[in-house]
Amino acid sequence: MASNQRGSPDQSIRLNLAQTALYAAYQVSEVTAPPGTSVWKSQLEDLGFLPGERVAVMARGLPGNDPLVVRVGLSTFALRAAEAACVLVGPLPTGAT
Amino acid sequence: MCLGRSAANWGNLKESVIHFHRGGPLLALVGNPNCGKTALFNLLTGSRQKVANYAGVTVERKEGKLTTPTGKALRVLDLPGTYSLSPRSPDERVTHDVLYGRAAGEKRPDLVVCVVDATNLRRSLRLVLSVKRLGLPCVVAVNMQDLAAARGLNIDTAALARELGLPVVATVGTRGGGDADLRALLDDASLWRRALPLRAADVDAADASASHGDHDTVQRILKQLGLNDLVPHLVSDRIDRFVLHPVFGPALLAIILFLIFQAVFSWSVAPMDAIKAASAWLGTAVGNFLPDGWPKSLLIDGVMAGAGGVVVFLPQIIILFFFILLLEESGYLPRAAFLLDRIMGGVGLSGRSFIPLLSSFACAIPGIMATRSIANPRDRLVTIMIAPLMTCSARLPVYALLIGAFIPRRDVGWFALQGLVLFGLYVVGIAGSLAVAWVLKRLTAHGQVRTLMMELPNYHLPNIRNIAIGLWQRVAIFMKRVGGVILVLTVVLWFLASFPGAPDGATRPAIEYSFAGTLGKALAVVFEPIGFNWQISIALVPGLAAREVAVSSLGTVYALSATGANTAQALSPLIAQNWSLATALSLLAWYIFAPQCLSTLATVKRETGGWKMPLLMAGYLFGLAYAASFVTYRVALALASF
Repeated sequence: MASNQRGSPDQSIRLNLAQTALYAAYQVSEVTAPPGTSVWKSQLEDLGFLPGERVAVMARGLPGNDPLVVRVGLSTFALRAAEAACVLVGPLPTGAT
Repeated sequence: MCLGRSAANWGNLKESVIHFHRGGPLLALVGNPNCGKTALFNLLTGSRQKVANYAGVTVERKEGKLTTPTGKALRVLDLPGTYSLSPRSPDERVTHDVLYGRAAGEKRPDLVVCVVDATNLRRSLRLVLSVKRLGLPCVVAVNMQDLAAARGLNIDTAALARELGLPVVATVGTRGGGDADLRALLDDASLWRRALPLRAADVDAADASASHGDHDTVQRILKQLGLNDLVPHLVSDRIDRFVLHPVFGPALLAIILFLIFQAVFSWSVAPMDAIKAASAWLGTAVGNFLPDGWPKSLLIDGVMAGAGGVVVFLPQIIILFFFILLLEESGYLPRAAFLLDRIMGGVGLSGRSFIPLLSSFACAIPGIMATRSIANPRDRLVTIMIAPLMTCSARLPVYALLIGAFIPRRDVGWFALQGLVLFGLYVVGIAGSLAVAWVLKRLTAHGQVRTLMMELPNYHLPNIRNIAIGLWQRVAIFMKRVGGVILVLTVVLWFLASFPGAPDGATRPAIEYSFAGTLGKALAVVFEPIGFNWQISIALVPGLAAREVAVSSLGTVYALSATGANTAQALSPLIAQNWSLATALSLLAWYIFAPQCLSTLATVKRETGGWKMPLLMAGYLFGLAYAASFVTYRVALALASF
């Protein structure tokens, strides 16, 4: 849980989707893949996790906040926390609703 | 629905490909999961569809027939839903291979209809762009227009067609008449130009370099159409706040499961009794016309009893499938998988294993067939392996007999002791399956990283027509495929129990002289340490056809004249007198684990494509059952001697 990092403007701290607060909207900045999971990146991109897309965490499973329910664009997906951690996010562009 | 599709995902189990509607141009439907593709397919083809398998894989193949307004007959193939043309599951691999013209025994389609979800154009359009690059003639059907319109989205199909360079029509997959424009378009001769020859290497390379360009193209198109800033579906979100709530969500799931169970077991009583009565009546009626002898016995005790044994489970299976389809159509099923993912993850499975295991409480066979939706091969095998540990309804008659005879009728606190024992048998089965899955996780899951990445579609009101079509297809498949197996096994076991006949002047029941009797007496040596007498050992042999047959076999061994439902009543005092409590408890423990159902093993062989898995399953279940019975018997004996 890293709700204290919410909306951190500091670019050196790279926030990922698994760390964001419930219902808080961000946009995808990059999709990365940890070693040994090279296919995850392309799979996440196929589902619509692409730079500029809007994302938000809609629900967290119990116990352990895993898996997550994630909104991307207009779709909703269940992701494991490790999968959501591959999606790096940044604040929405100013003026966006 | 990508999860729910699962349950639907079992078709004809044959490896060969059958083209039901020979000849005619081939049209393929391609689209994302949950885009309403199958609803559109149902609308286009109606009941004129056939379900089978793609060659060599257990992926459902649906083909139907469509007639255009001018009377042109077309074959329509409903390809598995996919998010992209880089496949990540066996289903998606089929779509990829068919479109590339590489699928064994499949013709490359003459025309592709890309079905796009009007409420989620962004993702759909990326797939359209990669399909377009394949050089196949292509039409875009913007589906679920009604839902989009209800949310204030107006998609300018003419503008979309201009941007994509492809014909575009609007469709409504869930409503009759929503396909008229598409049917009319299919009469346009200019559409059916020849597909460009495909040089696969070129396409793959082009696709890799173009997919990032696609994102920009889609972005541009959406801007052009004024659809760039859309609001998500708020009603679904509101429902999800409750359904996926950490406390209310699991509680709601438990209530839903309880109600389904209640329905499966209580609504099915009347039809099951009716079927039993009807088959008994038919047996007697036919019996009156035939002279005594083995042909009569084969027909009545073998074939008709076997067929009755298949049909008697239909009410439960139909009710169970109805609810599963209802949950699938409404969009709840993937949410249930989400809620259970964590628990299943603890033993190395994912939430997707949940529905197959749930189905196994009615019967392991449809459960094992429903594992097809599980993309990960290891998870699928583990789910198949533990499915028989779920207490199927065929065990209930055996449990009822033993509990009735040996467990006293008294209350423990608020509960009846007999009911508690029955509940305990269910719990031991579930605990056993979790333990087995956990062991398999330690042994086989090393270094495997499994993904969840499961879509939670918006909620819809279930469509009666789609549920009816789905139910009909599943029941037909169950009857065709499983019915045959059970019937054959029943006849084989009838043969074992009937031949050779008793010699003249024999005083003991005929079954004792038969192959089954000989086998049972040999088995009695093996089963002696776990407390089974030879009567039980003999009854276990015909019980291999279906577990509940053991009850009537016991009746035969004890030479009871009672038949049908009266067998258990007559048996109860007899075994209460002749068996020790330790023997009865040992037999209960045996029935929790033992591979007592050959039809299940035959299904596993079909689903896994070889003998290795069914043999492994039979071996481990036998070992587990023997160990459990041994411990139960010895502990009970020790306690009784105090």
